[in-house]
Amino acid sequence: MSRFLLRRLVLLTLTVLLTSMLVFLVTQWLPGDVCRIVLGREAGPSAIENCRQELGLNQPLPQQYFNWFSDFLSGDWGISYSTNLPIYPIVMDRLRNSLLLALVSLIISLPLAVTLGVIAGLNVQKPIDNTISIGSLAVVGLPEFVTGLVVIQIFSFFLRDLGLPYLPANSSISPDMTFIEKLPMLILPALTAMLVLLAYIARLTRAGVLAELHQPYVRTADLKGLPRRTVIMKHVLRNALLPTVTVIAISIGWLISGLVVIENVFNYPGLGRLMIFAIDRRDLPLLQAVTMVTVLGFAISNMGADILYALLNPKIRLK
Amino acid sequence: MKLLKDQPILELSDLSVSYQHGDLLLEAVRDINMKINLGETYGLAGESGSGKTTLVLAVMRYLGSRAKITKGNILLGDHDLRSLNDQQLRRVWQSEIALVPQDPLSSLNPSMKIGDQLAEVLQLQSNISRHMASQLSKEWLNKVQIPDPERVASSYPHQISGGMQQRVLIAMALSSSPSLLVLDEPTTNLDVTTQAVILDLIGELIRDLEMAILYVTHNLGVIAQYCDRVGVMYAGELVEEAGTADIFLKPLHPYTIGLLESIPRLGDTKDHLQLKPIEGQIPALGQVPSGCNFRTRCPIVVDICHERPQLSPAGGSRFSRCHRWQEIDLGEVNAHRETPPIPSKQNDITVEDTYTLQIKNLSVSFPIQRSLRDVVQNKAGRSLQAVNDVNFEISPGSTLGLVGESGSGKTTIARAIMGLQGISAGSIKLNQVHLPDRLSRRDLATLRQLQIVFQNPAEALNPHFTIGESLSRPLIRLLGMSRQEAKIKIETLLSDVHLPADYTNRYPQELSGGEIQRIALGRAIASNPDLLILDEPISALDVSVQAAILNLVGELQNDHQNSILFVSHNLAVVGYLADHTAVIYMGYILELSGRGELFNPPHHPYTEALISAIPEVKVPRERKTIYLQGELPDFSELTDGCPFHSRCPRYLGDICIKKIPTWQVDPGTGKSILCHIPLEELSASQISSTNVDTSEY
Repeated sequence: MSRFLLRRLVLLTLTVLLTSMLVFLVTQWLPGDVCRIVLGREAGPSAIENCRQELGLNQPLPQQYFNWFSDFLSGDWGISYSTNLPIYPIVMDRLRNSLLLALVSLIISLPLAVTLGVIAGLNVQKPIDNTISIGSLAVVGLPEFVTGLVVIQIFSFFLRDLGLPYLPANSSISPDMTFIEKLPMLILPALTAMLVLLAYIARLTRAGVLAELHQPYVRTADLKGLPRRTVIMKHVLRNALLPTVTVIAISIGWLISGLVVIENVFNYPGLGRLMIFAIDRRDLPLLQAVTMVTVLGFAISNMGADILYALLNPKIRLK
Repeated sequence: MKLLKDQPILELSDLSVSYQHGDLLLEAVRDINMKINLGETYGLAGESGSGKTTLVLAVMRYLGSRAKITKGNILLGDHDLRSLNDQQLRRVWQSEIALVPQDPLSSLNPSMKIGDQLAEVLQLQSNISRHMASQLSKEWLNKVQIPDPERVASSYPHQISGGMQQRVLIAMALSSSPSLLVLDEPTTNLDVTTQAVILDLIGELIRDLEMAILYVTHNLGVIAQYCDRVGVMYAGELVEEAGTADIFLKPLHPYTIGLLESIPRLGDTKDHLQLKPIEGQIPALGQVPSGCNFRTRCPIVVDICHERPQLSPAGGSRFSRCHRWQEIDLGEVNAHRETPPIPSKQNDITVEDTYTLQIKNLSVSFPIQRSLRDVVQNKAGRSLQAVNDVNFEISPGSTLGLVGESGSGKTTIARAIMGLQGISAGSIKLNQVHLPDRLSRRDLATLRQLQIVFQNPAEALNPHFTIGESLSRPLIRLLGMSRQEAKIKIETLLSDVHLPADYTNRYPQELSGGEIQRIALGRAIASNPDLLILDEPISALDVSVQAAILNLVGELQNDHQNSILFVSHNLAVVGYLADHTAVIYMGYILELSGRGELFNPPHHPYTEALISAIPEVKVPRERKTIYLQGELPDFSELTDGCPFHSRCPRYLGDICIKKIPTWQVDPGTGKSILCHIPLEELSASQISSTNVDTSEY
């Protein structure tokens, strides 16, 4: 097992190294000179030259990359061009928010999606399966900004109009709020993200259950005379949920940094919106930092998926 | 349930089962009447498609949602199984009925430890603690002779061998002390030596238990050796039922007769006997002929056969579903098939010293993946020696049989010759020319001379190509024919393999297994190769069509004078078809035998055990089975000595571990044997197995 972990870690390091090079190169190739962007159109050639000197832009590319990457590793992520604030605390603050949102959406979507998937899988082609399958497909087909708006319409405006307690449509949380204060603001964006995940996970679970249900070992378990519920819970699900678990772990990467649209709809200060902000302002150091964090998020959640899969699947674990 | 001797445990009356197929209801099992008494072992014989699996599932009340019992009753002791609700049924499963299934690996939960899976059954039986159940489960593992119960209990199914997995399932089945034990092809996926050990174990375990046994198999040899009574199923019906001795000595249904005659017996060879295949194939669901279901394939069909025959009593406890059983019984009609004439040999002159295939010191090793630590410490990679210093040759127009159990390396050798597997040492020569070991370095002329037929025909043909397209590939690519020329040639090829010309527009999935294997043979001989490799070409086929394929192989070889390397685990078949035979174990050839001598002593101790383990299609049994102890060793456990030393029943001592034997040649039979024991000594204690079971019926 330790060997397996070590191998995964080495692979993770390689992935991060390679993508860091890509991120660095791509941002180098973006059109426009950094100093021109920073200093503006009117700056004279000497000012530009000074700026380039200062930022180390005249050094050979590998040297620049090395400086940038070692600074990144040591937590010195530089100063954002557009806000003149240190990047590290900004990104970390947004990362915390994104993790929080991801966590809340997982907590509400997972039990629901898996349960729906199992119910559909056990009742294949019966009305309940059709309802679940078609319903979840319909939801996943809608773009996030549509589901987001529908959710706002129902849970904010409609409930408010009825004079009932309602949820805020604006989720612009701030760092000085307590978790309890944040929670109501988290629910609507989490719900929207959940609806996207729900169909995916439910369908995968259904397929897993279906595939396992007709395996000979399930027959063995049935013929032992075990109650049907034990057969399902103890024998079928453990194997049926293997692919689901992997996909869930991978989707955490997406939840952390891929919720660009949802964050915009709800005005939620997560990583996705920070990335849009950095692109808008041509804030290269900020963009690099956000991209690197995103890459790390995906790489780590992928590794998590592999490890989880290995933990649950003895055939992999003991190789 | 209090049981008395000869009291029926299982009683089926007029049982019929149908499958829902769209709007149609297709009958898979029809009007089965059957009774199994306490202490009796009932063998249910049938090919795939006969309905035996459906019948078993119906008996267990474990039919899927698409299948339905349409008629009849199932009585198990005093339970009427058809009337039970789910909960009552589960109680019956718990304690009255148990199944040992065909495929042990997939019948065990892959992510649960063996011990837990067994303990689960024990906890259901009696209210015992978890700890107690785990103790008991180890005792059970011990009872089924698993050498290291502690280790196996904490292993996952994929970590133990197939034989061990099947022992676990046997322990599970027996631990509930059922009154009916159903064995559904329990040894079909196991090697013949493992099969012998497992069958012996089952026999020993159930000897003192009060139960009835339903043994389902297509293997008539197993039935002959282990069952008291036999029912033969064909296309959903029981066509004959009798005591085991009666069925094998004097079958009264043309299907049973045909089935028994289509199997090659130990010692039969193609030189003196053509096999008698049953023409046609088992009808698919919904295409069973009206009247007698066998009439389309029956050699003695008459007008009355359009009426459905009853399973009529034929004296004593015998039943036959044939209108003409009395005539068969009295010998007034001959239900035996014509023996096809042995094709006259076109030329039998083999020039010595010219060989089609010559293999010298061939070794194949598979590298073991280096661990991270090995890489860091810069240690060299280790490897598994899967084929070890193998030598043999095949003369033009002759057949070499390569026989061994799974894991012996026989398929690796075939793949190495084809260029699908790199070799680590030695040389392969085709027509005196050295073959490059990579397929990509071989030229068209070489590819043309070297063709292969795989075990599973359905997977070897591209499902999106018509038969014509599949057959035209080698003609166009290897022989450089134009499409038009290929089209004409395909007709000849199809007629060579006895298929109608209009098959050219069909797709593989529209053909039966036997027909696809004919196509595969046709495709392989299209370029008239000098060497044809047949890798278990009949193992995936039904018994009744195997004979036809074997005859076809002999016929094609006679017409085209190809050399054949015939790879198989089936000794009787190899002995029938091959001129020379190599017996392989753990990558070593242990014995090379000349034409027709495979079953004559002296035998290598391994060959001796292999032959003895084959269940004879004959009652009473004459030979004594030699049980190989232990498991197939791990390749890493091989010493410098004899590879067979760890399981050899004639193990001598240290010399076997330390020194690899030298080849001894027996002057009488021309056999070469790799063993330390002098050949005279081996001969003296071994009996000939030739023709032991070619008795007349």
